[in-house]
Amino acid sequence: MLKTFPKGGVHPAEKKLSASRPIEVLPLPEQVSIPIAQHIGTPATPVVAKGDSVRVGQLIAKSNGFVSANIHSSVSGVVESLDPILDSSGYKKPAITIKIEGDEWMEGIDRTADVKKEISLSAEELIVKINEAGIVGLGGATFPSHVKLAVPKGKKVDVLIINGVECEPYLTSDHRLMLEKADELMVGIMVLKKVLGAERALIGIENNKRDAIAHLKNVSTGYPGIEVYPLRVKYPQGGEKQLIKALIKREVPSGGLPIDVGTVVHNVGTTLAVYEAVQKGKPLVERIVTITGKGVKNPGNYLVRIGTPISKLIEAAGGLPEDVGKVVNGGPMMGKTINSVEAPVTKGTSGVILFPSKESLRGEAQPSCIRCGKCVAACPMGLEPYLLNQLAQRRLYDRMEPERVVDCMECGSCSFACPANLPLLDYIRLGKAEVFAMIRARKS
Amino acid sequence: MSYSIIISTVLMLSALGVLAAVVLYLVAQKFKVYEDPRIDAVEAVLPGANCGGCGYPGCRGFAEAFVKADDITDMFCPPGGNAVFAAAAKVVGKDAVAQDPMIAVVRCAGAPQHRPKTSVYNGASSCKSATTIFSGDTGCQFGCLGLGDCVEVCKFDAIHIDVATGLPVVSEENCTACGACIKACPKSIIELRKKGPKGKRIFVSCVNKDKGGIAKKSCAVACIGCNLCVKACPHDSIVIENFLAYIDFNKCKLCRKCVEVCPTGAILEANFPPRKKKEEVEVGSETA
Repeated sequence: MLKTFPKGGVHPAEKKLSASRPIEVLPLPEQVSIPIAQHIGTPATPVVAKGDSVRVGQLIAKSNGFVSANIHSSVSGVVESLDPILDSSGYKKPAITIKIEGDEWMEGIDRTADVKKEISLSAEELIVKINEAGIVGLGGATFPSHVKLAVPKGKKVDVLIINGVECEPYLTSDHRLMLEKADELMVGIMVLKKVLGAERALIGIENNKRDAIAHLKNVSTGYPGIEVYPLRVKYPQGGEKQLIKALIKREVPSGGLPIDVGTVVHNVGTTLAVYEAVQKGKPLVERIVTITGKGVKNPGNYLVRIGTPISKLIEAAGGLPEDVGKVVNGGPMMGKTINSVEAPVTKGTSGVILFPSKESLRGEAQPSCIRCGKCVAACPMGLEPYLLNQLAQRRLYDRMEPERVVDCMECGSCSFACPANLPLLDYIRLGKAEVFAMIRARKS
Repeated sequence: MSYSIIISTVLMLSALGVLAAVVLYLVAQKFKVYEDPRIDAVEAVLPGANCGGCGYPGCRGFAEAFVKADDITDMFCPPGGNAVFAAAAKVVGKDAVAQDPMIAVVRCAGAPQHRPKTSVYNGASSCKSATTIFSGDTGCQFGCLGLGDCVEVCKFDAIHIDVATGLPVVSEENCTACGACIKACPKSIIELRKKGPKGKRIFVSCVNKDKGGIAKKSCAVACIGCNLCVKACPHDSIVIENFLAYIDFNKCKLCRKCVEVCPTGAILEANFPPRKKKEEVEVGSETA
């Protein structure tokens, strides 16, 4: 019996159309727009001015506080403007637009494909390097990585968990990364292990990626203390708390962090970025993005420079199919529909999915909840989505707090399971925001 | 025999009752909480809608604060209006300063024919929830979403979504200017403005802060910040900030010159008598 998390979960159809497509390098666009807030936390402060020429890997916006991240130019060229641009939600967000000229990299960045295995730096130096490289969680949550790596006093990490689950349907970027960059990944894990002082590192991979599991098992024999575990396919296994429960059977307390149970979880994409930052001196300027969907001519996985318009990615995949109902940034379960294909690829863009119009809308919502309890069975956090939904609709936010709405990770299993097609998550998300505002008001 | 039992029981219970009454009386005297009788008097005068428009938790909360307050110039009961407030002030023996009646004004006129839809929203029917997901189903990121958060919070049945335009409409009679809709609107479109003589008022019905070209592209009746109204205004009551005009209702003299010059029709006039058509005026002057 394969390991998995015990509570809740759903089984959306996998549809991994691009799993067999090797990672290709996306050609450079004419210009990129790099938002200064690509991570959770304080936005970075721009350190370039209009007209400055920049090179790939040059710092263009400086981290602003502990929970923040540096932003580097992903291209070489001239800074065209610092005006806000429309982001994928349709709001204007401050960004740095750079017109591309050539492809000149900063000195000190090793662009060769050799795998450098010796880790010469100390743990403190490694954290500084990772912080400087502007690395954030590339699974989609974009939480600054150096924050997770700074173990508070009195806490100890004995197990490092590497997230190669990729439980979202359609997405294959992590899958391809594990197949093609296994050695780099292993060195990245060794770096993280050294930083955290963890003895073991467990890689969790869902059993629908058997080639990746076999390959990593094979490669990991050359590295001490790294174990690969296949997991039963179930959404949302890629959720931090679910993965911890599945692999080491520890439960993160409500409102707590994985570090409270002696573990830290990092995504495989993040781990590769850590390897590149530490061993190759390369900051986070590009990432692997899956472009896929029914009707897409060439679904594939591309290495994309941060800030590239999503339209370029769609072009590379064979252009917009005739019948497109919506374009989703991220996975189909947690991703968000984008307002304009001119929005840039950011550090958190794991995939772009084009849906035909027939599949774009939620089914017709029934007038009311019949309390069938399917959402309760589906919720991996053990919440009662139907109840939270009703409380939020009636604006009884104070009653949502004892119902632990802040534990909701917005995986969307409840909305997926609801036979009445109710927008459960929309209301829960609203209630969660209100409860967080209440908690903040109480603290201040 | 049986009588004596009844008598002794009655006597005992009466004695117990008297004892308990004495104890209760003493305790009540000891722990007496003095409450200003004027609080009840003020509360009786207030409308009792508990709308929160005054900024206090319900009418009782207002009455308590009102009786305690030394200075009542900053306090007001919007739904009650001047008459109620004056009556309340009389209870505490203070003078009420009469305030101009206010009304909630919806500053968006982007009906579908002016502001074409660019996407389909398919989520929860709540403006607040929709704003957390995206900027709106039209090209204007500032405009009304029409999902009716303002309608839901109104306790006076004074605001409704017009089916034809998809925009909220405020009822002149029912609106008490309590401000609940203003707090509920996540786009900050609704504003309290002076109701004006006979309800006559002029306002910029737009909150779009984009540059003129972008605003005009997304909505035909957007304010484009062209400055024509500022130049036309003889009373210096219009300012433009972030490509958006704003009319100060304390300075506005209702001359309607700005309405005439506005190229997009973003400035609206309410409750004015219909203008004489130009032809009529010309015909009139020729015959004279």
